[in-house]
Amino acid sequence: MTTLRADAVNQAPNQDPRSLIIEMKQVNKWFGEFHALKDIDLSVEPGERIVICGPSGSGKSTMIRCINRLEEHQKGDIIVDGIELTADVKHIDNVRREVGMVFQHFNLFPHLTVMENCTLALIWVRRMPKKDAEEAAMKYLERVKIPEQAQKYPGQLSGGQQQRVAIARSLCMNPKVMLFDEPTSALDPEMIKEVLDVMIELAEEGMTMLCVTHEMGFAKTVANRVMFMDGGEIVEQNKPDEFFTNPQYDRTKLFLSQILQH
Amino acid sequence: MNAAFTHKPAPDRPPPRISVGAVGWMRDNLFSSWMNTALTIVAVYILITLIPPFVQWALLDANWGGRDRSICDANKDGACWTFIKVRFLQIMFGLYYGANPDQVWRPVLAFALLIALAIPLFVESFPYKRYVSIGLLVVFPFVGYGLIHGQWFGLPVAETSQWGGFMLTFVLASVGIVCALPIGILLALGRRSNMPLVRTLSVSYIEFWRGTPLITILFMASVMLPLFFPAEVDFDKVARAMIGIALFQSAYTAEAIRGGLQAMPRGQFEGADAMGLKYWQSMRLIILPQALKISIPGIVNSFIELFKDTSLVAIIGLLDLLNMAQTASRSIEWKGYDIEAYLFAALLFWICCYGMSRYSQALERKLDTGHKH
Ligand SMILES: Nc1ncnc2c1ncn2[C@@H]1O[C@H](COP(=O)(O)OP(=O)(O)O)[C@@H](O)[C@H]1O
Ligand SMILES: [Mg+2]
Repeated sequence: MTTLRADAVNQAPNQDPRSLIIEMKQVNKWFGEFHALKDIDLSVEPGERIVICGPSGSGKSTMIRCINRLEEHQKGDIIVDGIELTADVKHIDNVRREVGMVFQHFNLFPHLTVMENCTLALIWVRRMPKKDAEEAAMKYLERVKIPEQAQKYPGQLSGGQQQRVAIARSLCMNPKVMLFDEPTSALDPEMIKEVLDVMIELAEEGMTMLCVTHEMGFAKTVANRVMFMDGGEIVEQNKPDEFFTNPQYDRTKLFLSQILQH
Repeated sequence: MNAAFTHKPAPDRPPPRISVGAVGWMRDNLFSSWMNTALTIVAVYILITLIPPFVQWALLDANWGGRDRSICDANKDGACWTFIKVRFLQIMFGLYYGANPDQVWRPVLAFALLIALAIPLFVESFPYKRYVSIGLLVVFPFVGYGLIHGQWFGLPVAETSQWGGFMLTFVLASVGIVCALPIGILLALGRRSNMPLVRTLSVSYIEFWRGTPLITILFMASVMLPLFFPAEVDFDKVARAMIGIALFQSAYTAEAIRGGLQAMPRGQFEGADAMGLKYWQSMRLIILPQALKISIPGIVNSFIELFKDTSLVAIIGLLDLLNMAQTASRSIEWKGYDIEAYLFAALLFWICCYGMSRYSQALERKLDTGHKH
């Protein structure tokens, strides 16, 4: 299967690989016998906002989890911010400092307050004094509009609030890239908007983002590239208006017809 | 105004009479069905036949005075607490201190020091917890040993083989608990490690000690260990028991903690990884605080078992609380008063174990942050 190369749709004409923030070349991954990622090629420039969609089990999560090595790829190269991901723990740690991740189920630490959740990595990974870390955390909690919840525990917040804390927690590390893995799909409908609003603001500020999501409204608003995955492959990727109005492959058409019905 | 539009709430009716007051409670809880009523009657009958005679014997008719058995022998209808009173130091502190009451201040002082160091750790706002913990775990063992054993500072020597009673039970159990917790944590982490060698070693260790009864371990420590060492090396019996108990207990603690680790959702590990925390950081800051909290009931349960199991050191000739009480009741002076000895030992055991159990419940409540995974 041929895929449209990422560079075909990159808006910026700059092809210099050194300016790429993420580069995946012929990445393959197996879970035992199961071939979960097949020859993935992906180039992301700083400031890009990429939405990844596709049916369940198509490998979306696996792909973005390879970027911060929550999953290990077996073949191909992944280079993040100039650092090649190998078994070298130093490289992995360095990549993880630059890449923030927001999970479907928030993955906040329930035994720590909202504030402690946010300052933890600043204190222990960035070695920042506690007071400075708290100041920084407060800044981001204000940005996601929940500074007043700082002393509460995650279990005392609503799902939408928890997800916004999770976003603030990642932002505290001042990452160069943010990965979102279905950030709204565990939320009650009335809370989806508050999280999407935060993400839209983030996109407008120029954050490089890779979002796995089926919120097509969000994709149309902020994405500069929408990507469709199926069966462990990137089937098709394009600018959002092209992608939605003129999908090239039957699989994409079928998927879009199913998802846009709702 | 039209009556149809005015809503007049009906006045509250009083609750049904049977559900209020003591009578209501009894009807709901004790006599709700024929079966329940029958059980209640049987239970009340048993209590009536057991408790008054026991109170009569243990308190009302009991003998408290005097220094020897003549007063008890004169009044056989009551318990002989005189015996416990006279042999109190022996039952609490063992043979040496039983025979040298003028030295008893030493273990008492050690115990008081221990309490004084431990209390600040339980005070939320106390700022120097780190230093006090170091004092408690590193300095205190030497001070405590120096006080109880003597020799240093010109104190008369109390050989460890002469230690006994509640003091020995307490020392063995606390050393076992304090050593088993860190070893158990390492073993539990090792059992879930990615490194095959670490995992195999942890699993073998845990399964070996779990598959062997404590009594066998103590016996081996006492009979077998000396065979492997030259005759001059005289291993202290109490030290041997401590090592055996700590190694044994760490396997059980490890298993209790493993249960907690397994209950941790994968997302917690991934959240920690994604933030760039290193393995030991994420274990210490994220995983263990939560896993240990989940494991508290299991860990405390195994500690309570250990506390009671220390009596097995009788097999290597050490006299813990239970065995010391028994020994005292078999002396010529007090022959025949073993019920009192057993009751007294049981009471002390119960106070300690119940205390641990209540503390664990309080700790669970305190650590509850309203989150269910
Ligand atoms: N840890 C794992 N072990 C085995 N199979 C896995 C694992 N994680 C994912 N898979 C499989 O890989 C495929 C892709 O999964 P995933 O990336 O989670 O899909 P998506 O996020 O697109 O729904 C699925 O078929 C899934 O069953
Ligand atoms: Mg997924």
